[in-house]
Amino acid sequence: MAQLIQPRPMTRGRQIDLPQILAYALLTLGAVTMVVPFFWMISTSMKTVSEILKPQFFPSAPTLENYVTVMTRTLFPTWYFNSLLAATASTLSVAFFDSLVGYVFAKFEFPLKKVFFVLVLMTLMVPTEMLVIPWYIMAVGVKLQDSLLGIVFPGLVTATGVFLMRQSFFAVPDELIDAARIDGMHEFGIFTTIAWPLVKSAVAAVCIFNFLGNWNAFIWPLIVTSKRATMTLPIGLSFFSGEAGSDWHLIMTGATIATVPLLIVFLFFQRQIIKGIALTGIKA
Amino acid sequence: MRKTLKSLTFGAAAMALVLSACSGAAPAPTAAPAAPAKPVATTAPAPITIEYWQYNFASRIEAMNELIKQFEAENPGIKVVHNSEIPYDNFIDKVAASAPAGVGPDVVTLFNGWVPSWVNAGYLVPLPEKDFPPADLEKNFSAMILGTKFQGKYWTVPTAVRALALFWNKDHFKAAGLDPEKPPATLDEFVDYAKKLTIKDGDKITQQGFAVEMTGQAHQWFREVLSRQYGASPFTPDNKTLGYGDAKSCQAFKWLLAFETDYKTGSNDLFDGATTAFQNGKESMHIDGSFRLGALASKPDLKWGVAPLPTKDGIKANFGSFWTHGITKKGGSDPKRLEAATKFLKFITTPAAGLAWVKKTGELPAQLAAAADPDLAKDAKYGAFAKQLSYSYATFFVDEAKQRKNLIDAFDAVRLQKADPCVALADAVKKDQALYDEFWAKNK
Amino acid sequence: MSLRTRRILWAYAFILIPLLFFIVIRAYPTLFAFNISLHDWNPLRTGDQPFIGIDNFARFLKDIADPNHVTRKAFENTAKYVLLGVPIQLALSLSIALLLNTIKRWVTLFRVIYFIPFVTSAVAVAWVWRSLYMPDFGAINLLLDAFHIPSQRFLLDINQSLPSVTAVVVWQGLGFAVIIFLAGLQQIPEVYYEAARVDGANRLQVFRGITIPLLNSSIVYLAVLQTIGFLRMFAEVLNLSRQGDGGPINSTTTVVLRVYREGFGSFNMGYAATLTVILFAIILVITIVQLRFLQRRFDY
Repeated sequence: MAQLIQPRPMTRGRQIDLPQILAYALLTLGAVTMVVPFFWMISTSMKTVSEILKPQFFPSAPTLENYVTVMTRTLFPTWYFNSLLAATASTLSVAFFDSLVGYVFAKFEFPLKKVFFVLVLMTLMVPTEMLVIPWYIMAVGVKLQDSLLGIVFPGLVTATGVFLMRQSFFAVPDELIDAARIDGMHEFGIFTTIAWPLVKSAVAAVCIFNFLGNWNAFIWPLIVTSKRATMTLPIGLSFFSGEAGSDWHLIMTGATIATVPLLIVFLFFQRQIIKGIALTGIKA
Repeated sequence: MRKTLKSLTFGAAAMALVLSACSGAAPAPTAAPAAPAKPVATTAPAPITIEYWQYNFASRIEAMNELIKQFEAENPGIKVVHNSEIPYDNFIDKVAASAPAGVGPDVVTLFNGWVPSWVNAGYLVPLPEKDFPPADLEKNFSAMILGTKFQGKYWTVPTAVRALALFWNKDHFKAAGLDPEKPPATLDEFVDYAKKLTIKDGDKITQQGFAVEMTGQAHQWFREVLSRQYGASPFTPDNKTLGYGDAKSCQAFKWLLAFETDYKTGSNDLFDGATTAFQNGKESMHIDGSFRLGALASKPDLKWGVAPLPTKDGIKANFGSFWTHGITKKGGSDPKRLEAATKFLKFITTPAAGLAWVKKTGELPAQLAAAADPDLAKDAKYGAFAKQLSYSYATFFVDEAKQRKNLIDAFDAVRLQKADPCVALADAVKKDQALYDEFWAKNK
Repeated sequence: MSLRTRRILWAYAFILIPLLFFIVIRAYPTLFAFNISLHDWNPLRTGDQPFIGIDNFARFLKDIADPNHVTRKAFENTAKYVLLGVPIQLALSLSIALLLNTIKRWVTLFRVIYFIPFVTSAVAVAWVWRSLYMPDFGAINLLLDAFHIPSQRFLLDINQSLPSVTAVVVWQGLGFAVIIFLAGLQQIPEVYYEAARVDGANRLQVFRGITIPLLNSSIVYLAVLQTIGFLRMFAEVLNLSRQGDGGPINSTTTVVLRVYREGFGSFNMGYAATLTVILFAIILVITIVQLRFLQRRFDY
């Protein structure tokens, strides 16, 4: 009934709504600030070397030559492949193990369950930075440097993922699981065919964040890789840029190559990603 | 379902690997990471493979590949694996990591300033005296190598050396009414020229006469050259006491600072750094190493010359540095290996190798016989460097990176925070001295 | 075997490998880090690493007492990043979320745009901004020039460097915070606002009386998350500073950059581990305090 007493201001008809206009103006200003750096990046990547040290925003004759140079004369394709492999491998592992552990913590009763769960949660409190030194010493000990396994091993199971999956599995009715048990299905089958499909969207959210996190990971891959051919994209980009000196056209080309494909993926999945973030944010 | 199974097998396999790998390291956290792998004893006729490492730098890789090819042709029993995959920033770290694991190089290239700390860390074995008699080294090589003598022994030997020189932009000289073939010969002239060559648009510098690039070579120029020219002795002969923080050195430091704080002839903050500025025709005079020749050669529009560093009161000095090669502990781990490594090391440090090296890298031969090559002295570019080798000093660094940073910070403290130059410099040298004291305490 | 026992066995079978993972890859290294901090740990040493007790912690106290020491600077700067970055980040993202909550069209579009930097790698972002910040040819100075404002040195200036780095981090993280706030705002039931309007509350009163308290959980969550994020800052500084050293004159260096340089540059892993232990303690304390403080303040 409240609406009848005081209707909310609306842009109905030709009425000018100042707060609305102001809101759009401010938001547009902010949005421009968000995208201009990307335009600058792409614009610089299309400049020729002679235009780099000139005060101009746009290239006078846009060229794709820098892309050819970077793709053929540097290791960007290799770094791309390494990143893709590392992010995919860890995401597959996380998709399976995080949901399995989350499922067990949500739907099984067994001795020491609380202890194990607290142990998993406690690992969340420890920042990665504290672990990189022990990891490094361990990795050297078993000669895992400069290998895919060396890059991915710290992230094969994640506590966050376990926690989120556990929350999601709570929503799966026990009756469904019990019914499957009565039908004689074994426990692993119940997990894969009954429970898992019901939490697909949570799995998707965990996968997307895990992929993003691994794709952009910096400190650990920086430490565990040393040879150029085994680096992931962020590490390669960092070294490449450091060595390129003032070749900003090439640095920006590298940054574009590292950024744009992922942005396209993001735009494709933006609804799920944003929903996922809102979900995890509110829950935590 | 298929997907699940796939990810399951993959995940399980990966996990099993991690676990088997990590549990191996787990039980003994305080023990050494791993025992050095014992090289497998080779039977007499079987060829031996040695590993050679240097950091990733295109021209040096090319030059070394050529030398390796020749070496392998002359020595069919020895195969050399060349690893140049590691970026400069990672190089020390990765050699370090490989050493305890026993998987690294047999022959390694390192910066001359790293020799003491590498010896200290136990990476290198001394050069075998019968193959590299110290007297011969001192007679045949540039005096710069004296700085790498440590604990009374030579541990490394270089192929080539570098020195600093003055680069100048001939077009800028012409435009300023200066003789484009006559670069400044003294420090006073240098200041005068720098002022004349600077062009400003209001407060904005559009052409820099000279910009001090502390992050580049200027700290070396100051430490080994300017301080000497102002009458200081930067190092005592035993390399234990530092003298580049005294009152005389401060005069040199102030001379350098004045370009940025008083004359305002340029700044390393502008035009993306002085080296870039010079390469793009935004800086008229530039102090840099011989290794810059290659990059400048690829700028056809730039008309430039190169001359010896300016002098003061007739005092000539230059800073020399070089990448030098040593035999690692692994390389010296058994007589066969050591023999092969020594053979290779001898091969890559001959006068002929030095001359071949010049063309590819712009570095000068380390052997005096090759450096005195008449064609080289006459060369418009290399000549300027070759002439200065006899009075070039190679710094005995104990921690090159930290010492560089200390001087950069002192310079920045004055120009950015208005600190007192002599206080800032003394402070930096005090920090350096602490590094030396710590170093010598460990290496009595 | 009873059904119950069977199920317990299944549960153990399922979590065996992940549990071992948590023990070997997470729990054990945590304890290992403490252990390393008690040693003069040099990865190059072939023999035993000497146990030195709390010497590394004593060295830390000595370093932190010296106002010019780089370690002291690292901790000071990290505190500055938190104190500067977190409030700005929260205020900006809340404002944007409130604005987005008032408009009717293009909400999704704006949301996506604000979120773009968040999915980009910090390394790429750092290099793009380094280029934008250039004194002569950077886009920002081109813009200032258009308004006849003199060129600024940003990252190369001792006073501007830290705020310039903070700006990049805030810019990159904004979208995430906006999404969280927006979700929080959309959970506030409309009836509360209507009731307030009936009571004649003005906009500010509504904001302070309803919006802020009901966004409490979002604010706490973001404040904790961002504080931890700024405390762990590394990739941005490494890639934004000229020599990768947190310059000029250590004005942008951070604790984690010190950890990296000490541990992997100077091979002083014992001391580097000590710094991480201290960082861990700080994060723990701040998290607990912040959770308590913010919750009490807005608990209704």
